[in-house]
Amino acid sequence: MTEIVRTETSLRAWLMSDRPQSRRQASLGRLYAGWRTFARNRLAIVGLAIIVALVLVAIFADALAPYSPYQGDLTRTRLLPPSAAHWLGTDDQGRDILSRIIHGSRITLLVVVLVAILAAPIGLLVGTVAGYAGGWIDAALMRVTDIFLAFPRLILALAFVAALGPGIENAVIAIALTSWPPYARIARAETLTVRRADYIAAVELMGASSWRIVFRHIMPLCLASVIVRVTLDMAGIILTAAGLGFLGLGAQPPMPEWGALISNGRLYVLDQWWVAAAPGAAIFIVSLAFNLLGDGLRDALDPKAGS
Amino acid sequence: MSILLDVQNLKVAFPNRDGDYVEAVRGVSFALGRERLGIVGESGSGKSQTGRAILGLTAPQARVSADRLTFDGIDLLKASPAERRALRGARIGMVLQDPKYSLNPVMNVGNQIVEALQAHRKVGDREAREQALAMLAAVQIDRPARVFDLYPHEVSGGMGQRVMIAMMLIAEPDLLIADEPTSALDVTVQLQVLSILDRLVAERGMGLIFISHDLRLVSSFCDRVLVMYAGRVVEEIAAADLGAAQHAYTRGLLSCLPRLGEHRHPLPVLSRDPEWAR
Amino acid sequence: MTALFTDRPGGRTSVRLRRFAGALGRFLGAVVLTYLGLLAVTFFIGRVIPIDPVLAIVGDRAPEHVIQRVREELGLNLPLWKQFVIYLGKVLQGDFGTSVLSSNPVMQDIRRVFPATLELATLGTVIGAGIGIPLGVWAAVRRGGIADQLVRVMALIGYSVPIFWLGLMALVVFYARLGWVGGPGRIDVVYEYTVTPWSGIMLLDTAIAGEWEAFANALSHLILPASLLGYFSMAYISRMTRSFMLNELAQEYIVTARAKGLSESRIIWRHALRNAAVPLVTVVALSYAGLLEGSVLTETVFAWPGLGLYITNSLQNADMNAVLGGTIVVGSVFIGLNLLSDLLYRTLDPRTRAR
Repeated sequence: MTEIVRTETSLRAWLMSDRPQSRRQASLGRLYAGWRTFARNRLAIVGLAIIVALVLVAIFADALAPYSPYQGDLTRTRLLPPSAAHWLGTDDQGRDILSRIIHGSRITLLVVVLVAILAAPIGLLVGTVAGYAGGWIDAALMRVTDIFLAFPRLILALAFVAALGPGIENAVIAIALTSWPPYARIARAETLTVRRADYIAAVELMGASSWRIVFRHIMPLCLASVIVRVTLDMAGIILTAAGLGFLGLGAQPPMPEWGALISNGRLYVLDQWWVAAAPGAAIFIVSLAFNLLGDGLRDALDPKAGS
Repeated sequence: MSILLDVQNLKVAFPNRDGDYVEAVRGVSFALGRERLGIVGESGSGKSQTGRAILGLTAPQARVSADRLTFDGIDLLKASPAERRALRGARIGMVLQDPKYSLNPVMNVGNQIVEALQAHRKVGDREAREQALAMLAAVQIDRPARVFDLYPHEVSGGMGQRVMIAMMLIAEPDLLIADEPTSALDVTVQLQVLSILDRLVAERGMGLIFISHDLRLVSSFCDRVLVMYAGRVVEEIAAADLGAAQHAYTRGLLSCLPRLGEHRHPLPVLSRDPEWAR
Repeated sequence: MTALFTDRPGGRTSVRLRRFAGALGRFLGAVVLTYLGLLAVTFFIGRVIPIDPVLAIVGDRAPEHVIQRVREELGLNLPLWKQFVIYLGKVLQGDFGTSVLSSNPVMQDIRRVFPATLELATLGTVIGAGIGIPLGVWAAVRRGGIADQLVRVMALIGYSVPIFWLGLMALVVFYARLGWVGGPGRIDVVYEYTVTPWSGIMLLDTAIAGEWEAFANALSHLILPASLLGYFSMAYISRMTRSFMLNELAQEYIVTARAKGLSESRIIWRHALRNAAVPLVTVVALSYAGLLEGSVLTETVFAWPGLGLYITNSLQNADMNAVLGGTIVVGSVFIGLNLLSDLLYRTLDPRTRAR
């Protein structure tokens, strides 16, 4: 017992050391300090817990879902209110709503991850190149960014989906195409603050190529702010994806995408409200979790920005 | 000389992150008539917080206490917020350090002066404007009617500070607290602003508390000097007797002043004794 | 004294004017470029659609020479940049082509549906700013108090809840269960033809006609979707007001105002809020633009016959001319609001104003 306590305190002392012996110790120590700030924020921990739960539900959807998400009994279980057998009721095809929501978590996660993977690198690249290169490259790239920012995001996504055709893949592409500009702005701002730094001048003197400087020395520094912004945007991405699904332009039936579930429930909402209520609540809870997590991350990584 | 302001054992404490209170002002006592009192100290010595506590401008989370804090017989600690507000501007004015920040950027300077007057006197707009123009002239602004309509970013630092003085004197207070009124100004303008301040205070027979970190400036400008260190008054001395200062801190501050023909190598550094803060 | 003050008056004004004109010119240039970008994107989207416009007109059984002729008529054989120039010319004249769905010119359709959206978004913004700004001020003044908590929670919910879902649930509660408000649509069918659509704004038209029963009915239909949009606008506006006010209240000129003996309310409203109003203008304009966007989903939920519903209906029927026309109109309103907020910003802040 005391042995454990001692290793714990010594580990902590090692992490919190103001004279780290190695680069790894320093970065681990920094991570630990960030985590301590983050962990003090209870709501952020709640957000993190919900997202971890969402990931687990998505992974074990097959085991967790009590019924099939695609097969319902049209004769006996159509539009049943919530009960012990069907916790969240059933839909117009007699399918268990809880099971559909559980399977829908996979789609939500997939959309969020894909959009982040597509949009964040675009924004990071555009922003760092613009900030580092300066001059007309900067002016041109930022003008393009501003044009995209000046657009109403959902409408632009709608227009893209209209051109590409409805479907979950095209919805992801459309959302990604409309969500990179803020990342580019942030990455550019960060780049401008470091581009005159002495260590950049030192690497330049050593003859590093511009690309090497951008990729190896500037991008890593912009990563933290971009990640925070992406996390804060996740809720917006989920809401946009759900909106496209609701309009019938995202995931197509019978995929149990949450927005599409609401769209389906809309037909019966005045009498069988639960069909639309449950998936909306799921969207709300997950978006809320991402917002709480994002707020917590922002406060932990950048105490100045908090209000 | 009748006593205008009486401060006995004034303490101002701010809460820190753990909820404990840290004292910024730790038992300051002095009395003031219609005279010029200088308060000198380095930053963090509590001199500004002393001035703000007298006006009742201490941040709401802070704790202010004193054995006695009276202005012209009025117990400031017992006065209601409304009573204290009625005193501010009307009977006690305050000139802040930097006109670049202490004037409202979106209101023209004339209206800021008019507002100070109308907060305390029932004066019509036209009459208030006339008085504001007269006040601008009194702080030696050449074309008052024109400056009246300017916005703070359109006037220089020296003119901004004169506007500030006009604003604080228009309701004819009995006491003016000037908190580093010239530190943000160019050296050439400093003297001009000081002489205006000096003349107006003398003409109107006001009391003045002049807060500064500049001992030489204070000693040439005030009748009496309080030297503060770490929230306490370490020495109180007539400006004329400054050469005979007793306290090591005051002597240290004085020896920082360069004198012509003196060999100054190495430069003297102010040494601080933890005992002083006791 | 400053150079500004001692300069001859004439010289001063002309320098300022030139500087202001320069800033305005740059800004207008940016607006034009942004607008060109908007049109380029819609043009591009119009070209990549998998539907061949020629086949859509002549059908896939038409002989080759007919297809060829239609291609030439549509200008599709020209180089891309020439097509874009032609497209630009048409769009700038308000010619968005013909809607397949309604077989009217798209512009005519949009003119018919736009007032409904305008009415909805305007009332939403009035609600959002009318409640959001005082609430944000209150939250900043009493930090940590009830209003502060409320602003925080409202913003968190506003950023997390799907607007269309909240709308559906509100319909269930306030229309179906409680019967407090009118249901979907702008007005009951009974009143549909009692008023002439003079401005297309229902509240205005019924009031002008003196049909107060119809007015009340229109209001009962409008109030729920407008409150819904208003909530989202309020969540955003109150949070931003709070943060701007906290920033202003910490400024030195507030100490000056206190030292002058001004009343707290004058300090808050005349000094702090007047300064916070400068960035707030942009926030309100952005939120107004955001409501136009939010109306796409809201109008679908409430069967509100506005631009949003028009766009989604056209989308579901692959009516590309209508979709792109609607997109351009919404984009133009966005750009216009940006321009407006910038001009207001300049008039509100004397530091950027030409005198």
